[in-house]
Amino acid sequence: MELILALGIGVLTGSGVWLLLRPRTFQVIIGLSLLSYAVNLFIFSTGGLRTGAAPVLQQGTAGDLSTYADPVPQALVLTAIVIGFATTALFLVLLLAARGLTGTDHVDGREKDR
Amino acid sequence: MTGWMDHLTIAPIVIPLLAGAMMMLIDERRRPLKAALGLASTVALLVVAVTLLRIADGAPPEAGAAAVRMYRLGDWPSFLGIVLVLDRLAALMLVLTAILGLAALVFSLARWQKAGAHFHPLFQFQLMGLNGAFLTGDLFNLFVFFEIMLAASYGLALHGSGLARVRAGLHYVAINLAASLLFLIGVSVIYGIAGTLNMAELANRIATVAPEDRALLEAGAAILGIAFLTKAGMWPIGFWLPNTYSTVSAPSAAIMSILSKVGIYAVLRLWLLMFGGSAGASAGFAGNWLLIGGVLTIVFGSVAVLATQSMARLAGACVLVSSGTLLAAVGMGQVAVTGGALFYLTSSVLAIAGFFLLIEPLERSREVGADVLAVTRAAFGEDDEEPDEDDEVGIAIPAIMAILGVSFGACALLLAGLPPLSGFLAKFAMLAPLLALDTSGDAGVSVTAWVLLAALILSGLATVVAMTRTGIDVFWASPGNELPRVRVVEIAPVVLLLSLCVALSVGAGPVMRYMEATAQSLHVPQDYVRMVLPPPPAEPGAGDGR
Repeated sequence: MELILALGIGVLTGSGVWLLLRPRTFQVIIGLSLLSYAVNLFIFSTGGLRTGAAPVLQQGTAGDLSTYADPVPQALVLTAIVIGFATTALFLVLLLAARGLTGTDHVDGREKDR
Repeated sequence: MTGWMDHLTIAPIVIPLLAGAMMMLIDERRRPLKAALGLASTVALLVVAVTLLRIADGAPPEAGAAAVRMYRLGDWPSFLGIVLVLDRLAALMLVLTAILGLAALVFSLARWQKAGAHFHPLFQFQLMGLNGAFLTGDLFNLFVFFEIMLAASYGLALHGSGLARVRAGLHYVAINLAASLLFLIGVSVIYGIAGTLNMAELANRIATVAPEDRALLEAGAAILGIAFLTKAGMWPIGFWLPNTYSTVSAPSAAIMSILSKVGIYAVLRLWLLMFGGSAGASAGFAGNWLLIGGVLTIVFGSVAVLATQSMARLAGACVLVSSGTLLAAVGMGQVAVTGGALFYLTSSVLAIAGFFLLIEPLERSREVGADVLAVTRAAFGEDDEEPDEDDEVGIAIPAIMAILGVSFGACALLLAGLPPLSGFLAKFAMLAPLLALDTSGDAGVSVTAWVLLAALILSGLATVVAMTRTGIDVFWASPGNELPRVRVVEIAPVVLLLSLCVALSVGAGPVMRYMEATAQSLHVPQDYVRMVLPPPPAEPGAGDGR
């Protein structure tokens, strides 16, 4: 499971960084989204990976970090998702405005001289 | 202390939040009402901030302790719940934010508030994000308030729209989104290793981290640092800064001049808290990087100052120089230098904000492209057409040009760090402890101190040259086009900010004492840690306030 998660994060980050460095605004926004997925998975993984652990407490057992999933990264990931969502939406609006104003979807607002 | 005074700590977050939320409900056409609400909220913020500053400074001086006030949201014990922490540094930054907010808001009443929708709510949320970032005692909340601040700043950066703004805004948003992702990675690595997000608890645990985890923790802190340094505009990741700052509207630029200082604040707070003297094997981690990065930023900023052709970009380059100076001074890791750096921060934030507000009225008197034209003339030695001297004799300097000119001169003195204004005192306060080592230390002044000294002096020289050149082009150009029409509400904030700098120079003694106390408590964060995390036997409720 660690391997799958690590590979997933790695592939997402790699594709995200590559897209982020591309010259089209749409590629940049997809790159940022992929990166934020990778980061969300990464935050999630810092709580330790467990299969079938109780979300907070199991009935009849004492609270112990080894028996339940760490709730803090889950709370963090939730907040990060919400914030990432909002900022991506904002960036999308800006992207459309830039496309309308400059007439091109190049990140610099003008096509490179060929 | 009375009950409601305990809750004063959260007021700098709640006041703008409520004001901004109320403004959202008010129809966009009722702008005077919004403006009045915004002004009331900002003035209230200033009053609260000054009160908090007095409280924070009220610690018994004989104890040498930081008066740290903790506010527990939801009243959970501080190792579980979220806390706000007020100390001298936070109080200082709150006051600066409120002053800048007031100046920028008053300036915007003349024109900018009409340039687009939702200026006032965005402005309030911006203030809320800034205040929250300064007050929070928790890494993840720092992220949340950073995002609030940035989201509002995206809106303000684009305020007034236009091609140049959207172009620069696109870069600004993309870079800050990427930096926020780095912030998250850093926070989660630190949580994964140390198991806490509370800054004070983190400072406690850092010394006891297992040796095999230490490298990972330091890597997390470094990633976090890159996110902060991007905001602060450290070379090479501060390339976006002059471009963005020069295109945004004047009031937004003025408030953004403290936005870049949030990055500095975070470095100052976290670096000294986490990697201070009590950090065990990690003490002083990456201090050299701050120093080297800071000096390189000063060099880059100075070249940018000299090379720039427009006033707005000049101001952006000055932000870079100021950031670099602060980073290098913090990287020295000496208490006295940090005290001077705090004085410099106050002075330079006020001066740069004043300069940003001053640029716009100045630009009004000039034809488009005058900057480029002036540089071309200077480069090719092409003379102006000779002015008709007989007509010029005896024309009085118009009052408005006189005020603008004096303000510009004050800005130049402040930014370049020349006497008699506070810019000089600030540089002196940073440099004096560096050279004072000569007498006490056996090895004399270190090479790094000389490098920093040279960088500071040369950056001052570059600023003088650039400001003089700009001043000549703006004020000594042949008149002819009509005078700029400047309203009182536009020039008043500039005069306010600059006279505050004058006040800083006059009252340098008490201000410097405050800064030194702040630096002292930052370098010895035990009081901070003790107040935020009261020892276990303390009865509940005893930890907050005094």
